[in-house]
Amino acid sequence: MRTTQLATAFLLATAPLCAGASQTLTIYTYDSFVSDWGPGPVVREAFEAVCGCTVDFVAAGDGAELLARIQLEGTRSRADIVLGLDTNLTARAAATGLFAPHELEAPSLDLPVAWDDPLFLPYDWGWFAFVHDRARLPEPPESFDALIDSDVSILIQDPRSSTPGLGLVKWVEAAHGDRAADIWAGLAPRIVTVTRGWSEAYGLFLQGEADMVLSYTTSPAYHLIAEDDATKAAAPFDEGHYLQIEVAGMLANAPNPDLARDFLAFMLTEDFQSAIPTTNWMYPAVTPAEGLPEGFETLMRPETSLLFSPEEAAAIRDAAIERWRDGLAR
Amino acid sequence: MGRGALWAGGLVAALLIALNLGTLGAVALRADAPGRLGAADWAALRFTLWQAVVSAGLSVALAVPVARALARRSFPGRALLITALGAPFLLPTLVAVLGLLAVFGRGGIVNHGLAAIGLGPVSIYGPQGVILAHVFFNLPLATRLILQGWLAIPAERFRLAAALGFGPSEIARHLERPMLREVLPGAFLVIFLICLTSFAVALTLGGGPRATTVELAIYQAFRLDFDLGRAALLALIQFGLCAVAAALAWGVASPAGFGAGLDRPVERRDGGSLMLKAQDVALVALAAAFLLTPLAAVVARGLPQITELPAPVWQAAGRSLGVALASAGLTIACALALAVAVVRLAPRPRIAGALEGVGLMALAASPLVIGTGLFLILFPVLRPTAAALPATALVNAAMALPFALRALLPALREVEATQGRLADSLGLHGLARLRLLILPRLARPLGFAAGLAAALSMGDLGVIVLFADAQTATLPLQLYRLMGAYRMDDAAGAAFLLLAASLTLFWIFDRGGRLGARN
Repeated sequence: MRTTQLATAFLLATAPLCAGASQTLTIYTYDSFVSDWGPGPVVREAFEAVCGCTVDFVAAGDGAELLARIQLEGTRSRADIVLGLDTNLTARAAATGLFAPHELEAPSLDLPVAWDDPLFLPYDWGWFAFVHDRARLPEPPESFDALIDSDVSILIQDPRSSTPGLGLVKWVEAAHGDRAADIWAGLAPRIVTVTRGWSEAYGLFLQGEADMVLSYTTSPAYHLIAEDDATKAAAPFDEGHYLQIEVAGMLANAPNPDLARDFLAFMLTEDFQSAIPTTNWMYPAVTPAEGLPEGFETLMRPETSLLFSPEEAAAIRDAAIERWRDGLAR
Repeated sequence: MGRGALWAGGLVAALLIALNLGTLGAVALRADAPGRLGAADWAALRFTLWQAVVSAGLSVALAVPVARALARRSFPGRALLITALGAPFLLPTLVAVLGLLAVFGRGGIVNHGLAAIGLGPVSIYGPQGVILAHVFFNLPLATRLILQGWLAIPAERFRLAAALGFGPSEIARHLERPMLREVLPGAFLVIFLICLTSFAVALTLGGGPRATTVELAIYQAFRLDFDLGRAALLALIQFGLCAVAAALAWGVASPAGFGAGLDRPVERRDGGSLMLKAQDVALVALAAAFLLTPLAAVVARGLPQITELPAPVWQAAGRSLGVALASAGLTIACALALAVAVVRLAPRPRIAGALEGVGLMALAASPLVIGTGLFLILFPVLRPTAAALPATALVNAAMALPFALRALLPALREVEATQGRLADSLGLHGLARLRLLILPRLARPLGFAAGLAAALSMGDLGVIVLFADAQTATLPLQLYRLMGAYRMDDAAGAAFLLLAASLTLFWIFDRGGRLGARN
């Protein structure tokens, strides 16, 4: 039955119905998705071409602010889709009871982990990593312990205000568990500063304020492809790298549930997925037929992927942030 | 101006209470459970208070000699310099912090200089960085507020001082100290409040979780835990702190009581000695170097990119301009209504004081709580994206109001003290009094306040983040989006555009005010 629905969805997607012509699909997402330089404009145009509807993007800060916004609006929200949560947030999102099962059989996904979430479907993913400039730091440390013993300076983000910041806290927990508090105490002298968000930390890194910055393994692809600059690289860590998987889901009170389901199906097709690598600078959830853009093959690919299940991630969050704070304050 | 003025002032006060406390109430009502504070919240509270006291004290203490030097010297380009010195205060935090780091950062000018003479690097990150940045932002404001005080001493007093053969120390004792006693507590209070609600500075330069402010704790309660009860409680504590600080400041302040003068331009004759001249020149040069070098870094980085800026950045600049002008108009109207009512109510000091306090309230409010509360109130009746730009202009106006009020009130009191009786005897009331007496006399502070409001609004990121979509992005939001898309070169260009637009707006209004002034 699920497969029939997916087939119907594709039929709908390829042959717009008259009924859809006047509908507006409202998608709540994070700010950088709707920006003129993000995937938003490409995705809107591609979906409007097949759905015969209007796509309305509404931006709300970052991933966690997006969920807070949906909680604020509750059942009165006019959103059909929320796009831009990650597995750190899906347990809390599911607990709100505001989301509906997508009821789609996902095509085979190119994720480092298996996926069977009844509420949320992934659209892209990436590994967190410390990014450095090869010219300034030819031999980066290759584990947290090596980083602690080195004299390398790093920039990180605050886990309370930033998605990558929280990712690093989870990374340390997943890789070192019991030793997490010691790892943080050891890292404290290496940390130049803790910024509010990714943009500030990355900006400071490019301005030369530190040797390495917490970002994604895909960050060097931007410099290579858009700026023709091959000096940036992500350092492979022996412990493995923590994953971020970005997902979308439809709301139980979606004004246009059928259209919302069509969009979730469309999200995993070529038209959406091929826009991801060079606009969101992440790995697409389904690799396009012609492969990844030239330049992505140069990126460091970790051998081990680390990821807590949504339930574990939610359960350890407060204690993990506490260990982070105490370790850095020591 | 009889009843009409009081009504207008009361209306503005009601609007401000609704905006500041109504939004807080909306957030608290929406909370599932009453908020509770954890140990981390108390630590944040202590750090916030400590850094705000130190930052405000240092800003005001450094501003006094700079303002005195500017008050008793005239040199070509002085007006331009005073405008330029105001720039750090008008900049979006992120841009200013990047400029500051180009000078004081690990790869900055200062550390390069230290390395050249064989000294180790100094780190800006930590409490010292937070305080440095706050002084950088607020020294210009403190200087401006204190300078206004100096310029408000009637010219006759200085002529009398010269006739009595007063030297600088006698002038300091008889004229300047009473003036400072009136002006400094207010200036300290305003800057203390700004530093109290500071958010991004501590989070970029603080160096780690020890430098956590209350505003970050509010943000965390909202974003990470969706604990609206705790967010509301923290915002209430922030209000409480501000109220205590305000009460203390009013307790210390005392009116200078110079009496009436004939409102002639001041001719200072007390700066004669070579020593004093050299001291003033050095002070002004030092302040200018401290405040302008980081801005020069922003210009140097961004100017070459300006022709390459993508079209959406220019469109966003257009929207920001509209918001800035609307916000400036709103600020002036509200500040004037409130100031006239406060002065009118002078015989009843408690009511007047309460009214003035309401005007300053926005400084104590958490922008995040205002934004969230406004969202909760507007959401059922309006599409958030439709309300994005008007809501931004409204909140910006409320945020600029305290500064406008501080600039207008002393001048208005002066006008009423010097020319009020004449106007009364001529039967000049209502709008005629406003048009013939108040507006021409207040042209200078009005221009200053409008410029400040427009520039602050131009650079504010604030509530727009909660409401925006691709069609309603303002220039600061677009700047963040460029950075979020790795486009640091374009972001540098946009930062320069923002700096140039904010300063130009401020300069036009401020200049207009001074041309409109009769002196």
